Amino acid sequence: MPDRPLKVLIAKPGLDGHDRGAKVLARGLRDEGFEVVYTGLRQTPDMVVTAALQEDVDVVGLSILSGAHMTLVPKVTAKLREAGMDDVLVVVGGIIPDDDVVALKAAGVAETFGPGTTIAEVAEFLRANARQPA
Amino acid sequence: MAAGARFSTPTELVDAALAGDRLALARILTAVENHTPVAEAALRRLYPLAGKAHLVGITGPPGSGKSTLVSALIGTVRAAGRPVAVVAVDPSSPITGGALLGDRVRMQAYTSDGDVFIRSMAARGHAGGLASTSTAAAAVLDAVGFDLILLETVGTGQSEVEVAAAADTTVVLEAPEMGDEVQAIKAGLLEVADIVVVNKGDRPGAGRTASQLRAMLVAVGRVGVRSTGRARPAPQAAAVERPKPKEPEVLVTTATTGAGVPELLAALDRHRAIDRHAGGDSPARLARAEAQVWAILADRLRSDLHAPAHRDATEATVREVAEHRLDPFTAADRLLAQRR
Repeated sequence: MPDRPLKVLIAKPGLDGHDRGAKVLARGLRDEGFEVVYTGLRQTPDMVVTAALQEDVDVVGLSILSGAHMTLVPKVTAKLREAGMDDVLVVVGGIIPDDDVVALKAAGVAETFGPGTTIAEVAEFLRANARQPA
Repeated sequence: MAAGARFSTPTELVDAALAGDRLALARILTAVENHTPVAEAALRRLYPLAGKAHLVGITGPPGSGKSTLVSALIGTVRAAGRPVAVVAVDPSSPITGGALLGDRVRMQAYTSDGDVFIRSMAARGHAGGLASTSTAAAAVLDAVGFDLILLETVGTGQSEVEVAAAADTTVVLEAPEMGDEVQAIKAGLLEVADIVVVNKGDRPGAGRTASQLRAMLVAVGRVGVRSTGRARPAPQAAAVERPKPKEPEVLVTTATTGAGVPELLAALDRHRAIDRHAGGDSPARLARAEAQVWAILADRLRSDLHAPAHRDATEATVREVAEHRLDPFTAADRLLAQRR
């Protein structure tokens, strides 16, 4: 089966309750043909990494609107590496200041998506950059 | 990268999974889902090690509380110190092939516990309530030592009874006030239940729903027994027995609070003991073995008929059927004969 769907984890680490964006993206990526694992609100970095590992996802998408991305995201990428998942693509959605984007990319994030990004843009980026499915 | 960066061969991958490496386990499950050669190599080694776990199917209508009940069961099982794995299936879009796998949302409390392993699967067009690879996935989890495996189906209607063949024990969930007694005596899903759970026990009507179900499901079994009270030939003469409907236990749970969940686990353990006693003769185990072997046979036959030696003849025969110049039975006979 060469054309199996890419599997994406959509998680909301941290304490903000704004999950509309994550849900819209999860639904949108489903319509783009992805298999989307949605984990819901208030995830710790450990919970995100465990879910990514058990589900063997190709992509981890983190949605953060609390401003805590500089604390949470590097923890997730470090723990993913520690768990042997350095081939998993990590992307972040939310309001991320430009300076932080540079720092997050240095920490292993492939791309950040701010307000106004279309679902088609996200889907295209994931298809182009995620590991090739086994 | 087929087997993941850290594992260069299927043997290494299986060794790691058996030693408790969860990433290796997850990658084997992906291979199984995608029907890769790694999956076949892994299953050849793992299948003989499986067969010890208790496979419990959890099915019921959308929104009846399957995921929440699974989460509550995980808590009760973990409190007893037992490891537990979950295979949770959600539907794939028939249009795009995509899927939204949302069962983990209800299973947050245990996601960082090493003795809990939760895997979501998309049904990928398979219609019976599970994915076509769910049984193989359960065998992998069984082989690496999970002794209780919960198979959660997609939200089901009245006829998705496949889970009964995939599981040793089938739990059918109902919500209160979902229908009257006539719903309960229709053929289908309720018939394959070993245990019926009325969830949302804190809602009005839960007790009444449970007693209606008990009256309709349990009493029927008893009536059958009573009607044999008349003089009949000795039991050994009744060699050809009509398959009897099951007589399920009916329990009430409130998955959100955990009420009734220890009783459900106790009922599962009781059913497991009965099933264990039946051994290889257990109808569920035989059905499962048959389904697996037939699926592989069909796969093999299909790829053989599409191999270069036969492909042209196969395609020509199928085209004749499409054009109604040949009936499909003669076509199948011809294809089988051409392989000899």
